[in-house]
Amino acid sequence: MATPILNLDDLISQDYKHGFFTQLEADAVPRGLNEEVIRLISAKKEEPEFMLEWRLKAYRHWLTMTEPHWATVSHPPIDYQAISYYSAPKSRKEGPQSLADVDPELLRTYEKLGVPLEERELLAGVAVDAVFDSVSVATTFKDKLGELGIIFCAFSEAVREHPDLVRQYLGSVVPYTDNFFASLNSAVFSDGSFCYIPPGVRCPMELSTYFRINARNTGQFERTLIIADRDAYVSYLEGCTAPMRDENQLHAAVVELIALEGAQIKYATVQNWYPGDKEGRGGIYNFVTKRGDCRGADSKISWTQVETGSAITWKYPSVILQGDNAVGEFYSVALTNHYQQADTGTKMIHLGRNTRSTIVSKGISAGHGRNAYRGLVKVAASATNARNHTQCDSLLLGDRCMASTFPYIEVKNPTARVEHEASTSRIGEDQLFYCQSRGISAEDAVSMIVNGFCKEVFNKLPMEFAVEAQKLLGVSLEGSIG
Amino acid sequence: MLEIRNLHVSVDGKPVLNGIDLTIPAGEVHAIMGPNGSGKSTLAYVLAGREGYQVTAGEVRYQGSDLLALTPEARARAGVFLAFQYPVEIPGVANIYLLKAALNSVRKASGLAELDAMDFLALIRAKLKLMGMDEALLYRPVNQGFSGGEKKRNEILQMAVLEPKLAILDETDSGLDIDALKVVADGISSMRDAQRAIVLVTHYQRLLDYIVPDRVHVLSQGRIARSGGPELAKELERHGYGWIDAGRSSPMGEGP
Amino acid sequence: MNPEVRDHYQAEFARIATRLPGAEVAWVRAARAAALVQFVALGFPTRQQEGWKYTSVTPIENSRFSLRPSAAPRVTAAQVAELALPGALLLVFVDGRHVPELSPLDLLPEGVRLTSVAEALARDPEPLRMLLEGAVGLEATGFAALNAAFLADGTCLYLAEDVVLDAPIQLLFLASEPGIATHCHNLIRAGTRSSAVVIEHHVGLGDEAYCTNCITDIALASGAQFTHHKLQQESAKAFHIAAVRVKQGQDSRFHSGSFALGGGLVRVDIHVSLDGEGAECVLDGLYLTSGRQHVDHHTCVDHAVPRGTSHEFYKGILDGASRAVFNGKVIVRPDAQQSDAFQTNCNLLLSEKAEIDTKPQLEIFADDVKCGHGATVGQLDPEQIFYLRSRGLDDAAARGLLTFAFAAEVIERMPQAALKQRLEALLRGRSPDAVKELL
Repeated sequence: MATPILNLDDLISQDYKHGFFTQLEADAVPRGLNEEVIRLISAKKEEPEFMLEWRLKAYRHWLTMTEPHWATVSHPPIDYQAISYYSAPKSRKEGPQSLADVDPELLRTYEKLGVPLEERELLAGVAVDAVFDSVSVATTFKDKLGELGIIFCAFSEAVREHPDLVRQYLGSVVPYTDNFFASLNSAVFSDGSFCYIPPGVRCPMELSTYFRINARNTGQFERTLIIADRDAYVSYLEGCTAPMRDENQLHAAVVELIALEGAQIKYATVQNWYPGDKEGRGGIYNFVTKRGDCRGADSKISWTQVETGSAITWKYPSVILQGDNAVGEFYSVALTNHYQQADTGTKMIHLGRNTRSTIVSKGISAGHGRNAYRGLVKVAASATNARNHTQCDSLLLGDRCMASTFPYIEVKNPTARVEHEASTSRIGEDQLFYCQSRGISAEDAVSMIVNGFCKEVFNKLPMEFAVEAQKLLGVSLEGSIG
Repeated sequence: MLEIRNLHVSVDGKPVLNGIDLTIPAGEVHAIMGPNGSGKSTLAYVLAGREGYQVTAGEVRYQGSDLLALTPEARARAGVFLAFQYPVEIPGVANIYLLKAALNSVRKASGLAELDAMDFLALIRAKLKLMGMDEALLYRPVNQGFSGGEKKRNEILQMAVLEPKLAILDETDSGLDIDALKVVADGISSMRDAQRAIVLVTHYQRLLDYIVPDRVHVLSQGRIARSGGPELAKELERHGYGWIDAGRSSPMGEGP
Repeated sequence: MNPEVRDHYQAEFARIATRLPGAEVAWVRAARAAALVQFVALGFPTRQQEGWKYTSVTPIENSRFSLRPSAAPRVTAAQVAELALPGALLLVFVDGRHVPELSPLDLLPEGVRLTSVAEALARDPEPLRMLLEGAVGLEATGFAALNAAFLADGTCLYLAEDVVLDAPIQLLFLASEPGIATHCHNLIRAGTRSSAVVIEHHVGLGDEAYCTNCITDIALASGAQFTHHKLQQESAKAFHIAAVRVKQGQDSRFHSGSFALGGGLVRVDIHVSLDGEGAECVLDGLYLTSGRQHVDHHTCVDHAVPRGTSHEFYKGILDGASRAVFNGKVIVRPDAQQSDAFQTNCNLLLSEKAEIDTKPQLEIFADDVKCGHGATVGQLDPEQIFYLRSRGLDDAAARGLLTFAFAAEVIERMPQAALKQRLEALLRGRSPDAVKELL
């Protein structure tokens, strides 16, 4: 007696909120990729010689590689020569000396996105670096952080102002040979955020980068490098949006985190790139390499991600647990609706003694969405007393979606204790009917159940972003159940 | 039989027992009572030799020798028995294997010959009957799928089979309905003997309605706060543990 | 494919193909030749293939095993008697060829046809045609192709409708001659509501290297109940490659047990398709490895239609410098609603040199399903050790007993008493002396 109580499709038809396009004069290099383009990017950014050489090495290595196809995602071939590898708002050319010099059109863009760049309007306690297409356009609270010795600036600025730090750490977690997309990024990355927390300093505010793809036919290849020196602490948040377009755009970022002895880095992402329309047209290909290295003893790196956007998400924020007693965490919510595809998870590489890792992955598939968890827990022979617990849950909304789980567990030490659990569940019409009969609307019921399902992960986000993530989930689920 | 002097024990660096003094002669039944967190189970585990408890001061002498120097199995073979508050489930090991292995290891240590299968089974059957247990339980994995009452009875069955000299029963009455409580209490009573000391660790007085102890000790904040005859248990029943702590200030002086 | 390897197998084929059973039948010859071509095209699996990521078969590729056209049994009736399971119907194969003298099959109930593949090819090959011609499917590996090319023997079992065979059938595969490869194929068809138990038992009699490449195909008609247990005790240097492929009809029930005790390099693939609604399968397994053994189990349960149930329980104990691999895949196809799939894999590492690679895997395309898995790698529970020690067992005995119990949990799930006792005895034999006395 499955009388449809309601058509859940009706519940869900809110559109992508951030799909506007900003009319700005842009300084872009022609489409296509060759050594000349890389030299041009490097020259535009006035980079030191070592940086150009590194880019060229990466490019030459990339030429020898082929695009990987092991993930459970499918997409038409990407023409890497059809992409423009550099686009910057023109006013940047002369370089804004302060926010007053920033193109007002651009400031309005960030206001529309809910990311005000004027410090007086900022949420107290959050410093923002805004990356528009290929370049960083504004970094807030720099001076205040500077007093503590914290460096928080655009990557290109760090290359110029702090070349020794960049040289020491760049590529030390994700080498330019790492994988196809990381190599591409290493060759052409345009900007991103750089952050260094000196020994013993606890960063007093959340640091945040806001990424925006605006121009057509461009790829965004930003690179983020965060170093927490001995006993330092930093909490970092990343947000992303893009205009709505029919064609796909490539986003291939690299994030490297380094935690030295006793340091702690929390990295949270709310990823809301344009996911494409209901028929699966357009959307961002989000092919990202994120990796943290717990290089010192007693260090801790924790990844939290809420992935609701992008046509395709392909990322595995990972932790290399080198130092003894190091802790790695991965908390993830990944939602795929309509024709979105996500292949995401983590790698926890245990090398040091008494290293611990926790993985909590919540996958939500709706519509024709494909959602795969892919993870590796590796305990090396050296990792005496390593511990891992993995919980991997899938929520299925509708009978046309897909959920997969691919956990790889490799253990070479007999003192290791590794536990992996996975489950699947769905929102049944009986559950919705039950809620409705208690006076709760179906819409609220779905949102209640989904939020309950994700609670463990949301709890790991800073408060205001947890609220944002919940809202985002509600919007992304619009039209999901049939 | 058992002499505990000034015993201090820590768990993960936190002191749990803060100077226990206790003497239990053969032939007596002593009850150790106390509120949750007073250190009752810690005391039981330390006597049985569980890992994770650091003895920071004091000593425990059993039949004149140092008990704390012995491994858990050496204590068992010397006649110390702990009935667990939460008996451990061991999938894949039939109950009868454990009984036989335990009995033979204890007999061997006392210079007795191992029992052959026939004698062993006859002995077990007699003890089963005493505990009102079904023979089928023998062939099920140790404690796996047992009800709370069955687990506790199984502990007492092991005690009856091993015939220890010092039996420590940790909250054996918890989780039992009134019928099961009576069976368990009868089982314990039948073990009372001039050669044997029995320590009943319990939160409630009700087990003591069936087994009247020779002495009652009240544990509070890791120390023996009061000792007395069976009437002390009745008083506790009337006034609750708050009564002990309230009375602590004068006799005990400084806090923990 | 390495030309030397190719030349070797082509030369072996030229040498013996005309002397293999059924060689006089044109379609059999053609099927073998086609399979050889396919083998040359496929080659041996490589570690670049996801399914072989953790297992390299290079030692097999480099071994140049020879093929034997006919049987030369050097096995005595006494050796067989020692291995025979009490009460079982026995078919004995020596070095991959059926030996009727050692397989005294007397009375079979009506509706049961049990013969060797060689005999079936000699007497009445036609019923095998579809099976053998289609033996190498699209997803075939080089091993399956090699098996089809050099197929020499195996078992044919047909159960008519409603036939219930109480006595288990023991297929005893004995390896007596070093340096050879054997390719057997067991073909089993269980009719509607029929029921039977087959125990596939592989034993290496010497301690030399050889290669067993064995395929078992099982098709269950609706309501059939079938048990396939595999007890593998190959020699420590042997290569053992096995595939069990099962197709289940409506409301059929299949129970698989895979017990891997021997072999140097072992790969077992078990693939079950739940093709009829309401089909149920239980996959149990145990691998005990030591020395330099490498034992790899890959299972796949494909829920193709609604209301299928699959429960999987695999355990492993790894000692020495051994390595085990477990990959358990569950697929729930679109519309296979109300599927119920659960999988557990637990591993115990006893030594610093041992390694486990486990990967439970779910691929779900339907929403009204109950699916889950759990995988653990760990040690014996310290609470349990303390409990046993507090009852007078010393540390080594407590550990030995708990290790025995860890494995016994799988053995207890076997309903066949004769097999269970045999397994327990084998397990006891591997336990430390202190534990043997207890059991």
